[in-house]
Amino acid sequence: MPGAIYAEGLVKTFGDVRALDGVDIDVPEGTVLGLLGPNGAGKTTTVRVLTTLMRPDKGRAEVAGLDVLKYPNEVRRSIGLSGQFAAVDDYLTGRENLQMVGQLYQLSARDAKRRADELLERFNLAEAADRTAKTYSGGMRRRLDLAAALIISPPVMFMDEPTTGLDPMNRQALWEVIEELVASGATLLLTTQYLEEADRLADTIAVVDHGKVIARGTSDELKSQSGGDVVEVVVHDRARLAEAEEVLRRLGAGETTRVEHTRKLGVPAPGGARTLAEVIRELDALGIEMDDIGLRRPTLDDVFLSLTGHAAGADGGEDPPPGAAPDGPPDERARTRDQVRKKVSR
Amino acid sequence: MTGPLSAAPRQPTGPRHAARPDDQRIGFRQGLRDSMIVAKRNLLRMIRIPEIVIFGMIQPIMFVVLFSYVFGGSINIPGAGLDREAYREFLMGGIFAQTVTFATAGAGAGIAEDMQKGIIDRFRSLPMARGAVLTGRTFADLVQTAVTLVVLAIVAFLVGWRAHEGPTKTLAAFGLLLLFGYAFTWIGALIGLTVRSPEAATSGGLVWLFPLTFISIAFVPSENMPGWLQPVAEWNPFSATVLAVRELFGNLPEGYRAPDSWPMQNPVLASALCSVAVIVFFRKQAVRKYRQATG
Repeated sequence: MPGAIYAEGLVKTFGDVRALDGVDIDVPEGTVLGLLGPNGAGKTTTVRVLTTLMRPDKGRAEVAGLDVLKYPNEVRRSIGLSGQFAAVDDYLTGRENLQMVGQLYQLSARDAKRRADELLERFNLAEAADRTAKTYSGGMRRRLDLAAALIISPPVMFMDEPTTGLDPMNRQALWEVIEELVASGATLLLTTQYLEEADRLADTIAVVDHGKVIARGTSDELKSQSGGDVVEVVVHDRARLAEAEEVLRRLGAGETTRVEHTRKLGVPAPGGARTLAEVIRELDALGIEMDDIGLRRPTLDDVFLSLTGHAAGADGGEDPPPGAAPDGPPDERARTRDQVRKKVSR
Repeated sequence: MTGPLSAAPRQPTGPRHAARPDDQRIGFRQGLRDSMIVAKRNLLRMIRIPEIVIFGMIQPIMFVVLFSYVFGGSINIPGAGLDREAYREFLMGGIFAQTVTFATAGAGAGIAEDMQKGIIDRFRSLPMARGAVLTGRTFADLVQTAVTLVVLAIVAFLVGWRAHEGPTKTLAAFGLLLLFGYAFTWIGALIGLTVRSPEAATSGGLVWLFPLTFISIAFVPSENMPGWLQPVAEWNPFSATVLAVRELFGNLPEGYRAPDSWPMQNPVLASALCSVAVIVFFRKQAVRKYRQATG
C-alpha cells in the first residue's frame, strides 16, 4: 500500500529543461523523507506537484491517499506547506496572517482565532503578534510561515528548504520545532541542501539530481555506500610520513590516502574505534608524533560527491567558473574532492 | 507530544476515504466567505498603505478643480452655451465616471504584486474557492472606489455641483458608477495576471483609459467633435455611463437633447448591460488565467 506521500514517474519540463525526469517517491505514514539535492535538482518542482500547485506533464501522485490531480481540493485539506520564501502578508500582523489562513482552511472565525493564539504562543511570537510581519526578522517570518502551515495540524506536511538563509541559532530552533512536529505523528517531506539537516531530521533520504532520484536509503545506508569509516591522522614530522603510512596500511583495510603538504594520511577502517585504538597504540610505540587523529564517518557531502561527481550546492557537474565563490578555500575543496574520488575508485 | 501542535481539530479527511468526484465544486456560500476573507486582507493592506488610496483621490480632485476653473466657460454645452456654472454641473458626471475606472490600475497592480510573492503559493495550497483571491481583491477595490466617490462628491459639492433629482435617483447614479467601476477592476485583474509586474500593471491599466475616457462625452460634447469621431464617442460605453449619471443627477441643461444613437437614448440600460457583460467575460478569463498561472 502506497504511503502518505506517493509519486510515480513524475515528469515536468519547462521549455528545454527537464525539471523532473521520472521522480518516484514513497513516504510511509508518520515518517520523514529528506529530499536532498543542489539548486535546480528538481526538489521544489516535486513539492509543487505534490502540493497541487503544479500539474506534472506525466506521472501520478497521491497525498493522504488521494490523487493529487483528481482531488486537488481534498488534498489541500490534508496538507500544510511551508516554503523557502516565507509566504506571509507583510502588511498584516502575525495574528491576522494566521487567522486568515485558518479561516481559508475553513475553520470557523472562532477556531481560527484560538488556533492562531496557540501557535503564536508556541512559536514565541506572542509579543510580536500585533505587529505587521514587515517588522519581523527573517527567523520570525519563517516561524510565522511554519505556524501558518500548521494551523490545522495537517497529517501531511511539506517543507521546502525550511532553514535556507537562517542563521545557526534560528536554524537550531526551527529544527527543534520540526522534530516535535514529527514526534506527534505527522508525515513530512522536507527538501534541503543541507546534508546536516537531512541527516538530523529525515528517516530516509532521497538524493535528487537533474530531476531524478539517484539514491535513497537511511543516512547510515547512504554513508556506508560511500565507504564507511576512515581513520585520519596528521603526522607532526613530515619525515616520518612514510613510516606512519605503513602502519595504516597494515592495520586498516584497503588503500591509504596521503596528502603531502598537510601531512595527512587516511585509511578505511571497517573496525571503527577498535582500529583507531590500534593505530594510536602502534604510532605511539614507534614514537611517531601526531598533531591530530580521529575516526571520520563519511558525511553526506561525501555521499553526494560519490554519487554525482559534484558537490551538493553546486548547480551542475562542472567546476565552479573562475571568480565564482566556492564554499571553502579552492584548494581545500579540490582536495576533498580528490580524496573522495580515490575512495570511490577503490 | 501534547500541546498546540497536535491540539487542533483534525479535518474529517481520513486517508483514502472515498472522495466524491464532485469535491472540486466549492459552493457559492464558501466562495463568498473566502472572497470576504481575502477582501478583508486587502482592505487592511489599504489602511496600512494609505498613500495609495490618498494618491488615488488627488487626481480626480485635481480634475474637478482644473476642469471647472480652467476649461469651464470655454467649452460649449448644447442647450447652455458657454455658461461656466452649466459646465461645472455637466463636468461632474464625467469626472465621477473617470474616477471609478481608475480602480483598474489598483486592482491590476495588487494582483500582479500578489502573483510575484510567496503568498500566492500559500493561497493556492489552501482548500479555498479558486476565484476568491481575485474576487476578494475586486471587493476591496469596490470599497475603495466607494470611499473615493464620497470624498469626490464632497469636493464637487464645495465647488457648487448639486444633484437635483432626489435621493433615489442620486443613489441609483452612484450605484451605476460603482457597478461600472467594479467591472473595470475585473479588466484590471486580467491585466495584472497577464503582465505580472505591479509597475507594468499600473501603466497597462491606465494608458488605454485616457483615450477611452476622453473620446467620449465626458469632458466635451460629441457635437463639438469631428463628424467621424462622433459615433465612436456616442457608442463608447463610457459615454453611456456619463450620460446616465448626468440624467440621474439632473445635471443636463434645460434644452439638452441627447444624440440619436441607441446608447445615448438609453444610457442607464446601456451602461448597466455593458458593466454586466464586462464582469461576466473578464471574470471568467481572469479566473481561468489565475488557475493556470503557475501550473
